[in-house]
Amino acid sequence: MWDKIQKNMSKISFFAKTNKFIELIDAFLNRVDQSMLLFQEGVANYLYNNAESFNNNLTQLAECETESDKIRREIEIGLYMQSLMPQVRGDIMNLFGELDNLIDLAKKNIFQFEVESPHIPAELITDFIRLTKVSASAAEAVVSAAKSYFTEPAGVKERIHRVYFYEKEADVYADIVRRKIFKEMPDLKLSEKFHLRYFTLHIENISDTAEKVADLLSIMAIKRIV
Amino acid sequence: MDLLSCFFLISGLFLGWSMGANDAANLFGTAVGSRMVRFRTAALIASVFVIIGATLQGSGATQTLNELGAIDAIGGAFTVALCSGVVVTLMVRYRIPVSTSQAIVGAILGWCFYTSTPINWHTLLKIVSAWLLSPVFGCIFAALFYVIARRYIRRSKIHILKMEAVIRVLLVIAGALAAYSLGANNIANVMGIFVNSFSFSINTQLFTISSSKVLFLLGGIAIAVGIFTYSYRVIETIGRKVLKMTPIMAVVVVFTQAIVLFLFSSPHISGFLTAIGLPAIPLVPVSSTQIVVGAMLGIGLTKGFHEIKFNTVGNIFISWIVTPAAAAILTFFALFFVQHTFNIQISNQASTALPTHIMPANTEFLVPLKFNILTVLMAVLLVAAIVYIVILIVRNKGLKQLEINGLSEEQRYTDYRKALTDMELNTVKQENDKLLSSLESKKQQLITWSLSIGEHRKHLESAADLIKQAIAAEDEKKRETVLRQLLTDLKQKLSYSGEVENIYLQARALHSSFIEKLNTVEPRLTDNEVKLLILLRIGLSSKEIAPLMNISVKSVDINRHRLRKKLNLSKDVVLSEYAKTL
Repeated sequence: MWDKIQKNMSKISFFAKTNKFIELIDAFLNRVDQSMLLFQEGVANYLYNNAESFNNNLTQLAECETESDKIRREIEIGLYMQSLMPQVRGDIMNLFGELDNLIDLAKKNIFQFEVESPHIPAELITDFIRLTKVSASAAEAVVSAAKSYFTEPAGVKERIHRVYFYEKEADVYADIVRRKIFKEMPDLKLSEKFHLRYFTLHIENISDTAEKVADLLSIMAIKRIV
Repeated sequence: MDLLSCFFLISGLFLGWSMGANDAANLFGTAVGSRMVRFRTAALIASVFVIIGATLQGSGATQTLNELGAIDAIGGAFTVALCSGVVVTLMVRYRIPVSTSQAIVGAILGWCFYTSTPINWHTLLKIVSAWLLSPVFGCIFAALFYVIARRYIRRSKIHILKMEAVIRVLLVIAGALAAYSLGANNIANVMGIFVNSFSFSINTQLFTISSSKVLFLLGGIAIAVGIFTYSYRVIETIGRKVLKMTPIMAVVVVFTQAIVLFLFSSPHISGFLTAIGLPAIPLVPVSSTQIVVGAMLGIGLTKGFHEIKFNTVGNIFISWIVTPAAAAILTFFALFFVQHTFNIQISNQASTALPTHIMPANTEFLVPLKFNILTVLMAVLLVAAIVYIVILIVRNKGLKQLEINGLSEEQRYTDYRKALTDMELNTVKQENDKLLSSLESKKQQLITWSLSIGEHRKHLESAADLIKQAIAAEDEKKRETVLRQLLTDLKQKLSYSGEVENIYLQARALHSSFIEKLNTVEPRLTDNEVKLLILLRIGLSSKEIAPLMNISVKSVDINRHRLRKKLNLSKDVVLSEYAKTL
C-alpha cells in the first residue's frame, strides 16, 4: 500500500523537487559504490598485468570522481538554497564529504599503482586481491548503511556492524601480507619491501575511512531515530 | 456604540494584540524558525484561521467566563481587561510563566469581589479543572500521537526528503487548525468580558452580525495584528528553543495544541460527550503555552522519565496560583480607583455603587475591611504573590549580578590583552630604537671613514711632495733631511694600525656568535689567529690581509698553514670556506 502511495506521490508536482534530490542522493551513493568496484577491478588487473583493462579502470575511476564531486556540489547548493532538511543537512553534507573521500582514496590508490608500478611477487597476488576485496567490502557496506540512513535509520546499525567486521578483516589480511613481505621474502630488496608495505597501507586506508564514515553514520542515525 | 465604549475596547484589543504576538510562536514557531515556511505565509494562515475560529466558535468559552462573572458595565470590563494585560506584561517582564486565561479569570474574580457579585463556585471549579486538564490532555494526546507517528515512520521506510516535504504540509495544516482553535478558545480572554456590556450589531438586508460576533471579529483582527507586527520577534527569540524539537515532534505538538484547544472550545463535542453519558468537557479558555509544555512532557515520557523537567511542571503550578491572585488583587484596587477617581460605572448592579464591604455607610476609607473568608483568602494569596514576585526579582537581580560579573571578567581579560599588546608594542619600539641607533652608528662610521680617506690622501700627497723634494735635492745632506722627514711621517702613519684595531672591534661585534663557536671548537686559538679567521670570514684574500695585519703575504700564508694544523683540518677543506661556514 505504501508503494502505491509513494508512486502517486511522485506524480504530484509538489514532490517533483524532492524526487529530483532523492535521485541525486542515490546517484551520488551509487558513484561511491561503483568506484569501489572499479578499485577492486583495477587492482586485480594490475596484479594480473591486464594493462588495457587497468587503464580503462583508471579512466573510469577519474570520471566517477569528477561526477561525484559535481553531484555533491549540486546537492549541497540545493539543500541550502531550498532550505531542505535544516536540522540534518549539515550532518548529511559531512557524510557526503567523507564518502567522497572514499572515491578520492580509490582513485589515488589506482593512480599510485600506475605511477609507481610496484613489483608484486606472484606469491603475494592472492593476498593483495583478498585484502583489496575485504577493504572495498567495508566501503560497500558503509554505502549500504548510508542508503539506509535516508529511508530506514533504524537499519543503519545492522549495516554498520558489517563495516566494522570488514575493517577488522582488512587489518588482519594487511598484517598477513606485511608479515609475508618482511619475514618470508628474503630475496626482496628492503626498498621493495617498503614499497609493498606502503601499498598495503594504501589499500587498508579505504577500510579505515569506511570505519570513520560508519562512526559518523551511527551518530547520525541515533539523532534521526524518532 | 458611543466613542467612550470604543475607547474602553482598547484594553481588550491590547490583550488580543499581546496574545497574537506571543502565542503565534506556538503555532508556527518551528516551521518559521527552521525556514520551512516563510513568515508571511505562516502569519497570513494563522491570522485568517484565528479570525474564523474566533468568529464562528468563540461563544462557548465566553459563556463560561460570563457564568463566572457577567461584567455588565463597559468601565468594569475595561478595567478587568487592562489589569489582566498589565499582569501578563509585568509577569512576562519578570520571566514568570503566565497565561492570559488565568489572568483574565483572576481579574473577573477581582471584579466579583469588588462588586460583591456572588461567585459561581461551580463555574470556577470547572475553569480550574480545565486548567489542570489542558496540560494533562496535551501530555496524553502528544504521547499517543508521537508513539503512533514514530511507529508509522519506522515501518513506512519513507525517504527523509519526502518525509520532510510531508512534514512541511502537515506543519501548515496543523498550524492552521491550531490557529482556528486558538481563536475559538482564547477569544474569550480578549473579548469575552465585553460581551455583556457592549452592544453593537451590524444589520444588512442579507445578514445580521450580532454584537458578540462583532466583538469576536474585532478581537480576531487584534490577534492577527499582533501576529503580523510582533510575533516574528518572539519566534526569533523562542525559535532557538523550539528548534531543538525534531520536525515530527513539532507536528505532534502543534496538532495536540489544535486538538486540546478545540476540545475546550467546541460545544458540539461537549454535547456529544454528555449525550453518550460521559462528563462534558468544560468550555474554558486555556493556555496554549501550557498545552505545548504538557505535549512536550508527553513526548518526553515516551522516551523515559529522565526527559521530564520537573522545574517546568513546577512553574505551571505556580502560574495557576500566582497569575489569578495577582490579577484579582490588581483588579480589585484598580476598580476602586477607576470608580472613585474617574467616577466610571464598573457595574450596573445597584449594590456596587459603593462596595459595602469596603466602605460602610458613614465611614469612608478609614474603616477596616470585614474579615470574611474571602478577604482572608485574598490576603493569603496576596502575600503568596508578593513573596513569589520578590523571590523572582531577587533571582533576576542575581542573574543580573552574574551578568555584570561576567562582563567585568571580560573587561579584565580585555585589559590583560591590552597590556600584552602594549608590551609587544614596547618590544617592537625598542627593537626599532636599536635599529635606529645602529643605523646612526653606521652613518657615523661612514663619516669617519670618509674623513680618514681624506686624511690618508693628504698624507700620501705630503709623502709624494717629500719624495719629489728628495729627488730634486742637489746635496746629499738635504736629501737625507728630506728622507728622514719622510720616515717620521711614515712612522706617524702607524696610527693606521689603530684603525685596523677599529675594524677588528667592529668585526668582533658583528661575528660574536662565530667567535663563540670558534672558542668552543678550539679554545687555544690566539688573538691573531682569531683575527685572521675573522678576516677570512669577511672574504679577504692573503694579499688583502697582509697590510691589515702589518705582516707580509708569506707570513699570512704561514699563519694560515699553522691555523689549519691547529684546527685539524683535512687537505680538502679550504680554510676561508671553513671560516665562512662555521
